[in-house]
Amino acid sequence: MSDIYLDNNATTKVDRAVVDAMMPYFLEQYGNPSSIHKFADGVARGLKQARQQVQALIGCEHDSEIIFTSCGTEANTTAILSAIKCQPNRKEIITTMVEHPAILGVCEQLEKEGYTIHRLPVDKCGRLNIESYKKMLSENVALVTVMWANNETGTLFPVIEMAELANAAGVMFHTDAVQAVGKIPMMLADTKIDMLSLSGHKLHSPKGIGVLYLRRGVRYRPLLRGGHQERGRRAGTENTASIVGLGKACELALQHIEFENTKVKAMRDRLERGIIDSVPHSFVTGDLNNRLPNTTDIAFEYIEGESILMLLNKAGIAASSGSACTSGSLEPSHVMRAMDIPYTAAHGTIRFSFSRYNSMSEVDEVLKVMPGIAATLRKLSPYWSGDAPVANPEQAFAPTYS
Amino acid sequence: MWDYSDTVKEHFFNPKNAGAVAEANATGEVGSISCGDALRLTLKVDPETEVILESGFQTFGCGTAIASSSVLTEIIKGMTLDEALKVTNQDIADQLEGLPPEKMHCSVMGREALQAAIANYRGEEWRDDHEEGALICKCFAIDAVMIEEMVWANKLRTVEDVTNFTKAGGGCAACHEDIEAILEKVLAEKGEKFDAAAMPVKKPVETVAAVKTPLTSVQRIKKIEEVLESLRPALMADGGDVELVEVIGNTAYVNMTGACNGCQMAAMTIAGIQQRLMEVMGEFIKVVPASEMKKLVNIEVA
Repeated sequence: MSDIYLDNNATTKVDRAVVDAMMPYFLEQYGNPSSIHKFADGVARGLKQARQQVQALIGCEHDSEIIFTSCGTEANTTAILSAIKCQPNRKEIITTMVEHPAILGVCEQLEKEGYTIHRLPVDKCGRLNIESYKKMLSENVALVTVMWANNETGTLFPVIEMAELANAAGVMFHTDAVQAVGKIPMMLADTKIDMLSLSGHKLHSPKGIGVLYLRRGVRYRPLLRGGHQERGRRAGTENTASIVGLGKACELALQHIEFENTKVKAMRDRLERGIIDSVPHSFVTGDLNNRLPNTTDIAFEYIEGESILMLLNKAGIAASSGSACTSGSLEPSHVMRAMDIPYTAAHGTIRFSFSRYNSMSEVDEVLKVMPGIAATLRKLSPYWSGDAPVANPEQAFAPTYS
Repeated sequence: MWDYSDTVKEHFFNPKNAGAVAEANATGEVGSISCGDALRLTLKVDPETEVILESGFQTFGCGTAIASSSVLTEIIKGMTLDEALKVTNQDIADQLEGLPPEKMHCSVMGREALQAAIANYRGEEWRDDHEEGALICKCFAIDAVMIEEMVWANKLRTVEDVTNFTKAGGGCAACHEDIEAILEKVLAEKGEKFDAAAMPVKKPVETVAAVKTPLTSVQRIKKIEEVLESLRPALMADGGDVELVEVIGNTAYVNMTGACNGCQMAAMTIAGIQQRLMEVMGEFIKVVPASEMKKLVNIEVA
């Protein structure tokens, strides 16, 4: 059995067809798209085709609404800073407590510079309260930025409805859709979403390429100036090969979107069910009825995530964890904390994220080893005795803080 | 993924002395569930000789936490309690062939569990004497609490001050923004404002007068000793020490002892000593670990 990759929300394998589409742009059509000679005469056409392929996947009205960036993070930063520069009198931003650091980090910095950041809390299933969101919308808000799908749990936020509400209140709306694009169908033309970020390497294109979707007519200020590229909205010589690769990847994602929501989902469901049935004291986090089809995040109580990952890795299985140790921080994932998952479970969360390259036989392999891994670590755990947790775990083991 | 040594992996995949010791008469429980690492150490101590006959661990934590626990139980078996109290977290890290800076706290947790267990055996109450904050300087493993305390205690004002007093920020410099944020916060609490161009705070150890006139060999060695003496408090604060072994030409051979010995930062510490020596002596001085003296001297003789 070869190694099993179940960490597709972190990044994905580049599709062979994507690599093939890119190769000519390294070796033959390597000219600068702005140049007037035969090394460049096919490049502009390649870029135009890629723009249309992205447009088709996200369902936007015009291909000129696509701005290629260097990554999802750049798209997010550009969106937030553009919104506040356009509207200098609006000093508030609405976001959520469970956003990706690429959003939270920028907001934290703006907070230091005097902005008020409203971070919407979530309930134990990771859901937002739309009523409290409505109350926050005002003429002081420069931007609402809310992720489409959560990277850890896969939970979907009602961004289409939230964009309608923002629009009605005259507030700009951005969504970080890095995890959602290519996994669920979308038709941006029918929404009031003003800006959207996506990242190539989450959908089988290379790392180092992203997109900011900017609805026509939305006020905008570039992050990078000093060039006519992307119609002056993102200066810098185009990453032509990667743009073409991203275009191809979007075309393939569109072709596989039904597969993603049937076959990939079936693999995820089987793994999830199998683990919950075979490992006692484990549970799924997030909104079970409203999730990405490829993601499951399972908490294994009384053991720690990095240890689980090391044993999984030894068995040839790649996944990721929300524990503090895997991030090098002192706290478990902010998403788990926001959902009020107890520490003894939050540190033991493991995210399995699938792609169309996975198979049912891989699911069976994971199901073979997972109960043994949990049992091995629980044997070492001060919270565990024999086949069950100790009675009153929190009282039975109360270490001196150190 | 962390770059773990084979020894860490070995102790993680095949932990020694896992589980609670039957008829244990000493128990230490330390750690923090919010941070994701906690450990219970149980010992069976011979009441006559105070020798640790058996030791066992139960750990909730990452690979390093489990490996540190496992190696600790091996180190202390057969020791008397007094011997065991001398085990440092550096001993644990050394046995594991080094740990990444972010993971050093796991070895600290091991040492503290041991102290807590011995205190428990002796009927004393054990209190943790240090608080740990978010890791700021990854080169020298300095956390936010340590920096804040030093800023308060020594009235530090600039990043350079912080580096002089704690070493934090003296390596790759990537943490300077975080250090500035700490300075801003602490200075605001004191009702002051952070100014990046403020005058540096003089460090008390920098009192050795610079050499102006030519020295005899004896005077020169004495002067080198004087410089080492002035640096000693900083080294000892980290549990280490330095000893001058020989001076040949412009090369000073030193022994790094205690925590400095085998510390991943030994090379940088030596570079710091060399810098200071050159400043005071006003000449080029090379500082070399004494372990390399033999072959170098032989080459010179040949």
